[in-house]
Amino acid sequence: MDKTVNQKAWFLVLPVFLVVAFSAILPLMTVVNYSMQDTFGNNQFFWNGVGWFKELLDPSTDLGGRFLDSLARNLFFSAVILAIEVPLGIVVALSMPREGWSVAACLVILALPLLIPWNVVGTIWQIFGRPDIGLLGYTLNHLGMNYNYVSNEFDAWATVIVMDVWHWTSLVALLCYAGLKSIPDAYYQAAQIDGASRWAVFTAIQLPKMNRVLLIAVLLRFMDSFMIYTEPFVVTGGGPGNSTTFVSIELVKIALGQFDLGKAAALSLVYNLIILIVCWIFYTVMTNAGNERPAKQGVA
Amino acid sequence: MARIDLVDLAHSYGGNDAPLESFALKPVTMTWRQGGAYALLGPSGCGKTTLLNLISGIVTPSSGKILFDGADITPLSTQKRNIAQVFQFPVIYDTMTVGQNLAFPLKNRGVPKADIDARVKKIADLLDLTPYLDRKATRLTADAKQKISLGRGLVRSDVAAILFDEPLTVIDPELKWQLRSKLKALHRDLDLTMIYVTHDQTEALTFADTVVVMHDGRVVQSGTPAELFDKPAHTFVGYFIGSPGMNIVPATVSGHEARIDGHTIGLHRNYGVLPAGAKIEIGVRPEFVNVAAPASGLLSANIERIDDLGRVRFARVRVGDAKFAARVPPGFSVPDNTVGLVFDPSHVHVYADGRLVEGVA
Repeated sequence: MDKTVNQKAWFLVLPVFLVVAFSAILPLMTVVNYSMQDTFGNNQFFWNGVGWFKELLDPSTDLGGRFLDSLARNLFFSAVILAIEVPLGIVVALSMPREGWSVAACLVILALPLLIPWNVVGTIWQIFGRPDIGLLGYTLNHLGMNYNYVSNEFDAWATVIVMDVWHWTSLVALLCYAGLKSIPDAYYQAAQIDGASRWAVFTAIQLPKMNRVLLIAVLLRFMDSFMIYTEPFVVTGGGPGNSTTFVSIELVKIALGQFDLGKAAALSLVYNLIILIVCWIFYTVMTNAGNERPAKQGVA
Repeated sequence: MARIDLVDLAHSYGGNDAPLESFALKPVTMTWRQGGAYALLGPSGCGKTTLLNLISGIVTPSSGKILFDGADITPLSTQKRNIAQVFQFPVIYDTMTVGQNLAFPLKNRGVPKADIDARVKKIADLLDLTPYLDRKATRLTADAKQKISLGRGLVRSDVAAILFDEPLTVIDPELKWQLRSKLKALHRDLDLTMIYVTHDQTEALTFADTVVVMHDGRVVQSGTPAELFDKPAHTFVGYFIGSPGMNIVPATVSGHEARIDGHTIGLHRNYGVLPAGAKIEIGVRPEFVNVAAPASGLLSANIERIDDLGRVRFARVRVGDAKFAARVPPGFSVPDNTVGLVFDPSHVHVYADGRLVEGVA
């Protein structure tokens, strides 16, 4: 086959190339460049090789300790909110009406928290939880609980987790609801004829049919909670102490608070790498889950 | 095992106050014999699936009763009725193996493990599923999945009837044949009442001893395939069954004669008094009308085209405004335009407002 040579085509690619270069490649290379150097301000840089990366993985150094601590907190946070939001989302989806005007009402109510910007959610809960003027904080203290998210680590964690559950359970519920709606009626009728209990219907039909949307929900919620910044930053500012300082908050502290561009660049590269790896794992799992579907030949 | 009686059974999806004409199933009274193989045949939307779902209890009737062996089971839930149903699309529990799928109805009913195993083994043998018992059911082909759905009905030893809702829709044509023969064999072996819903007349006629033809929410005729063919009780049955369908032509009928387009056709029976004001038609199957060379005593018709079905040829002809299909006798060379039609009087039926009129011999 003869290919037509047309050099003009390069001009059509050029805009995309420029956009990607300025939005992704150049900033990324700048970060890679920073991660290999140290700076004492005044735009003076000194070569440091892989020094920052070595420190990052060594808990005995200041940078490594802060990074690994915040990473552990972050993973714990993700695990907790997944453990709450996924089952809760399923329960909400199961108890939603399947037809009638109430479906639309439920969907709108569920979608509301998802539409609120992150910093507004943070502000809402920051005020809501204040012991002096917040409805939640005041009520709890009035009931005799010594609730104060500014000074008590457990209260700070509880507030951040409940806030995330409030904000994002809807997403899981909506995804599950879509999964449930796609199950043909014949399955429920067959289960009725087979004498299945409510629980058997759930484990034999509903859960297996939801597994794909659940995987998507887990992926989305994990990624999002692993990158969480705004909400805990607005509510607790990472405190009390460092107790709710997640990786992104630590990163901003190092980069903008201390202006340690080298350390921050190294940290953000590792952070990015972790997210890429987790993404890849989830992607592989999901693609393989899809590959199990096609029927094999062999039965007549 | 049971005889099933339907007493004035009717259903409307629009509630009981809806006008009778809008009922998905108009009141029907009939009996399904224990051990019979029945087919519910009719076009889409004729109410056959509604009738099936009423029997299995998925839909609760607007009025009327369903009796199993004389006991009224209308208010009972699906679980409490001893009914199995196979749906149009295979219903398989994805996470389970074939064996677990088959065991599911028994497990739900708290049958002891040993009994379940024995029963599952027996049914798997019957359906040739034994080699696949430990395989995941999702990986199997559509016909194997349909067998599993059927098997989940058969494992229950108390099952009164098995209902099939167009079960072969998603099956490949050559496997359809196998599966249908399997069903027939099972019916002979197990002495179960089977009710089979379909819009495919070949499926219905080959599967069932008794075919129930439905049209617009009504049962228009119930009979053996031969009865449906020889003596359709309704013009709908006439043209729905048979390929090509029955010729239905408006005519004036008196005594032993029918007149079409000014021509007289002799009838086998005497139709003295026909309902006044009714629309009178005669119906005759293409198999009982032959084309012949035009002659003075024959109804003359214009040929439009010839369909050669291999074993037999049918001529599509026109008489005035009426269209006929007629058999072309072997060896008859068809002229270009005009032919004469020869009717077999014993197979010419008279219909008033669509219903068969019984003449007097």
